[in-house]
Amino acid sequence: MSALRPLVLVALLVGAVVLQVSLLAAFSSLSYDGVVPDLALLVVVAAALVRGPEVAAGLGFVAGLLVDLAPPADHVAGRWALALVVVGYLAGRVRDDARTSAVGALVTVAACSFVGTSVFALSGMLLHDPALPAAQALRVIPVAVLYDVALAPFVLPPLLRVFRWLRPREVAY
Amino acid sequence: MAPSRTGRRRPSRAVLVLLLLASFAVITLDARGGDRSPLAPVRSAAGDLFGPVEDVTASAARPFAAVPEHFRSADRLRRELASVRARNTRLRQQLAGTAVARNRAAELDGLLAGSRSTGHSLVPARVVAMGPAQSFSRTVTIDAGTSSGVHPDMTVLDDDGLVGRVLRADRSTSTVLLLVDRESVVGGRLGSSMEVGFLRGRGDVADDSRLDLELVDPGATARRGDTLVTWGSKDGAPYVAGVPIGRVASVSRTPRQQSTQAAIRPFVDFTSLDLVGVVVDPRTKGDRPVLTAGSTTPARGGR
Repeated sequence: MSALRPLVLVALLVGAVVLQVSLLAAFSSLSYDGVVPDLALLVVVAAALVRGPEVAAGLGFVAGLLVDLAPPADHVAGRWALALVVVGYLAGRVRDDARTSAVGALVTVAACSFVGTSVFALSGMLLHDPALPAAQALRVIPVAVLYDVALAPFVLPPLLRVFRWLRPREVAY
Repeated sequence: MAPSRTGRRRPSRAVLVLLLLASFAVITLDARGGDRSPLAPVRSAAGDLFGPVEDVTASAARPFAAVPEHFRSADRLRRELASVRARNTRLRQQLAGTAVARNRAAELDGLLAGSRSTGHSLVPARVVAMGPAQSFSRTVTIDAGTSSGVHPDMTVLDDDGLVGRVLRADRSTSTVLLLVDRESVVGGRLGSSMEVGFLRGRGDVADDSRLDLELVDPGATARRGDTLVTWGSKDGAPYVAGVPIGRVASVSRTPRQQSTQAAIRPFVDFTSLDLVGVVVDPRTKGDRPVLTAGSTTPARGGR
């Protein structure tokens, strides 16, 4: 089990990242002006709700690096890592409120999606990678948030179950 | 540290700070390094690793995306490619025959007849992954890499027109920068007046996506409906000449700006990219057939 855990985590993250970029290419009808559900972010939020801020921030760093490095990404590496570390930490801090109700979890997803995409967009503006006008960022971010919230009821429960199953036994009493 | 309301210990700030610093370190390394970033080998390794996985995923998902195309055999695919090629060549010839030839028909016809080939040799490829809009850069992964003779700075087109250029090539996949990306700059030539200008992307892939054209000659104007083809660069890298790009959708001129600005509607629909071709040297030897211009049957491995 303990040897299996990192393998399952890595498989989960790789799967999320690949589905995110490949599903869009295959199902162009699934994207709205190129915006797709951010599965990596949902994985990080699920980890935060079950395991808390430290684990989620660490997982967010790894997930972000995968998003940064997997083709066809071409932005400066580390930008999604930064965004998802922040997302993991924030989601972990509010988990006591978010875990108790479905609405709380959805609000957490919405807030995390907004914060994550915004941190990414802001880092791009600072680095001129590319020199993104704020209007365009403001057009993409609400769509991204809506899409993540719409997908969360279908994706979050199975993810939560997986993370509960992966949780070390000594915490589960 | 005081225990929190629920009795759970407060999360440690050290972990957060450490991870944030690590993120900043990666960003700094990559941003400062530029083209010789220390992360380039990591990126290339990730490309070799993720490319095949994306390829498999896209292949698995494609039947569901296009149910009627489910039982398409390799032969039919090849035939379709050949017809796509033929249509592309025909379109290009049509383009030269209408807009451009009206102006300098004699020279251009001579040029076309004189050039060894009217078209280009293409390595066919499919789009297997597309960067999400949340990343704000417009790049796609195609399933042909260095093993098929694809290298950085090659032109990518489909049967409608110019798609973009190869940014990075890994073993079995490559990353293509789309025309509509904000970092993309293409030299374009207007069909009617032969004026040249620079085309910049706006970062949109929506159906009504536009490109901004800035003409080099401040006195020149673009007309609505004019077609635009690539101007071409030395040795065809990164863009070969004469590939149709789009049509002038609107023209604006403000007193503040020195030159005329025109919005170009690209021929290619960037939301539904699938089959594309990478312009390669006709002698390219790779693991997939190179489609040579003018021939309706693909040549195996290049002649």
